[in-house]
Amino acid sequence: MAEITLAQALNKAIDEAMAEDAGVFCLGEDVSAKQGGGVFKITSGLTEKYGAHRVRATPISETAIVGAAVGAALAGQRPIAEIMLMNFVGVCMDQIVNHAAKLRFMSGGQTNVPLVIRTTTGVGVGFGGQHSDMLEAWFAHVAGIHVVTPSNAADARGLMRAAIDCNDPVIFIENILCYGLKAEDPGPGYRVPLGKAAVARVGSDISLITYGRTVIDALAVADELAKEGISVEVIDLRTIAPYDEATVLASVRKTGLAITLHEAVRPFGTGAELAANIQEKCWDSLKGPVRRIGGTFSPVPFATVLEQAWIPNKGQIIGQIKAALGKG
Amino acid sequence: MSKIDRAKLLDIYTRTMKVNRTDEKFRSLLMQGKVAVMYYCVRGQELVSAAAMAALTDDDYVVCTYRGQGEQTAKGIPPELWWAECLGKVTGTCKGKGGTMHITYPEKGIMVTTGVVGSGLPIATGLGMASQNNGDGKVTLVSFGDGAANIGGFHEAMNMAQLYKLPVVFLCQNNRYGEHTAFADHTSSESISSRAAGYGMRGVLVDGNDVNQVYPAVQEAVDRARAGEGPTLVEAMCYRMMGHFFGADFSYMPKEHLAEMQREDPLPKLRAVMLDHQFSEEELDAVVADIDAEIDAAVAAALAAELPGPEELAIDVFETPLVEAH
Repeated sequence: MAEITLAQALNKAIDEAMAEDAGVFCLGEDVSAKQGGGVFKITSGLTEKYGAHRVRATPISETAIVGAAVGAALAGQRPIAEIMLMNFVGVCMDQIVNHAAKLRFMSGGQTNVPLVIRTTTGVGVGFGGQHSDMLEAWFAHVAGIHVVTPSNAADARGLMRAAIDCNDPVIFIENILCYGLKAEDPGPGYRVPLGKAAVARVGSDISLITYGRTVIDALAVADELAKEGISVEVIDLRTIAPYDEATVLASVRKTGLAITLHEAVRPFGTGAELAANIQEKCWDSLKGPVRRIGGTFSPVPFATVLEQAWIPNKGQIIGQIKAALGKG
Repeated sequence: MSKIDRAKLLDIYTRTMKVNRTDEKFRSLLMQGKVAVMYYCVRGQELVSAAAMAALTDDDYVVCTYRGQGEQTAKGIPPELWWAECLGKVTGTCKGKGGTMHITYPEKGIMVTTGVVGSGLPIATGLGMASQNNGDGKVTLVSFGDGAANIGGFHEAMNMAQLYKLPVVFLCQNNRYGEHTAFADHTSSESISSRAAGYGMRGVLVDGNDVNQVYPAVQEAVDRARAGEGPTLVEAMCYRMMGHFFGADFSYMPKEHLAEMQREDPLPKLRAVMLDHQFSEEELDAVVADIDAEIDAAVAAALAAELPGPEELAIDVFETPLVEAH
């Protein structure tokens, strides 16, 4: 099998879903052929195949984009709405939180919202305070939404298919720095079930629980520490909410130590929820407190030197692991 | 004489009185303390809702607001399901999980009742988009108040609907108050319908207390939408004859305004139109008596119905019921 990038993987997954189901359509700013198939080209080539009605370039109207996607989903279609950058969800939170997430429950199951909201973000590209945030915790805190993010191209293809299949809303977070990552193409029809974590690396001394771009850092650190005889187990959640509790707890019960790692700021982040749940349910297995690593509690800065100081780095991860193991 | 035929007039009258008798019954139950829930009275707006629903087919989609009793009743939600939902019973349309502000009944096209002012317009745009995509021939009507015209979603939805020429009817029930604030104190333009021009959309202003104005205007908008001629913004002037919600103070309404709305009350006007068309007093009274009997039975059944069990909290959050609340 050939290698594909994460960006190509997303494109292929959407393409094959559109080919199989006439109800799948894309909408968002600049997504059609006239604008080059999206600012990151994820929807390129789709207008030519499926026509303008199924690849709708929209006005800059996030509330109408998500609201329209909710309406179309209620009517039985499977819209894939693109919110160009994750910070822009602030413009349309009402449609996501009060409508997409709640309509199944509030209707007593009479309606549902099979909607994928694709969005991009990431620290490390110099976009500054309003184009970089990881805001997954906002959505993980709302009942009724799946929150998904891939860390590699194969998972991207499989998670996107599963997200489009899902009969409930999915926030699909893409990291700008990961679009170029390559992996062996898992091929057509490949699916990674939502709510299923991956043990990205098996280890025995400590569990490092993470997702998205920081999985790459976690794996690099695990490689490095292996040379010192420290065995790190890396859990890639893949679905952030509702997450695969069984895999997380099994890993922590095995290693007896856990660190959560994410790019989003640390206070009130998803790491806090993971840590609390681990401590409630694995107390007897724990050899020490669950540690949390996350971004600095400030807006994402512009200057490269500040941005690099803001983002959790490998040195920090190694330091926390060694401290947890009493090797600091 | 009206251009509306007798059969359609009777249909509109019946729907109007269903809305009115439901409203009267709800207020009476609230006054007697037999129920204690949030209820947004529709007294004064019955005709607009009824005439608009009479212009749609059963399959057409409707998106309405917390003040949506008129659309819900007039579109044909069975009273026993509607009352049970309003009373929080498991036999309700939404198993008691939606309530008065979130009534849903897709079987009759009531797709969303939103409790957030203005949020229905973008959703209606999407329902219209689905119909345009799959060619099902349905029209979506979204009802909202004058207050909703000043939130961003209104603007975004109007522009998008016209851009794609979607089969949507935007029905603004201008009842002259956004919550407790009078129209002139919250809106800079003289009307809402005049804004349609800003989107290149057709805008129509009608007297919502006159069946001969409101029904033909909505029917034409529906017909155009179905024919692929795009959306229309219909503004129906009417009065909210009560406070924002049941029990809310409305002493802020000026005396002249109160007198004006008594004068313009759509119900005596509609009754006069019916009599003009040779419907007898007895016939019209019989329609109301039948409606009252149906409502009384529905209320009795709803009062006696079971409450939802706690297991409902884990159901309908996602497609797969939650095993454990995290």
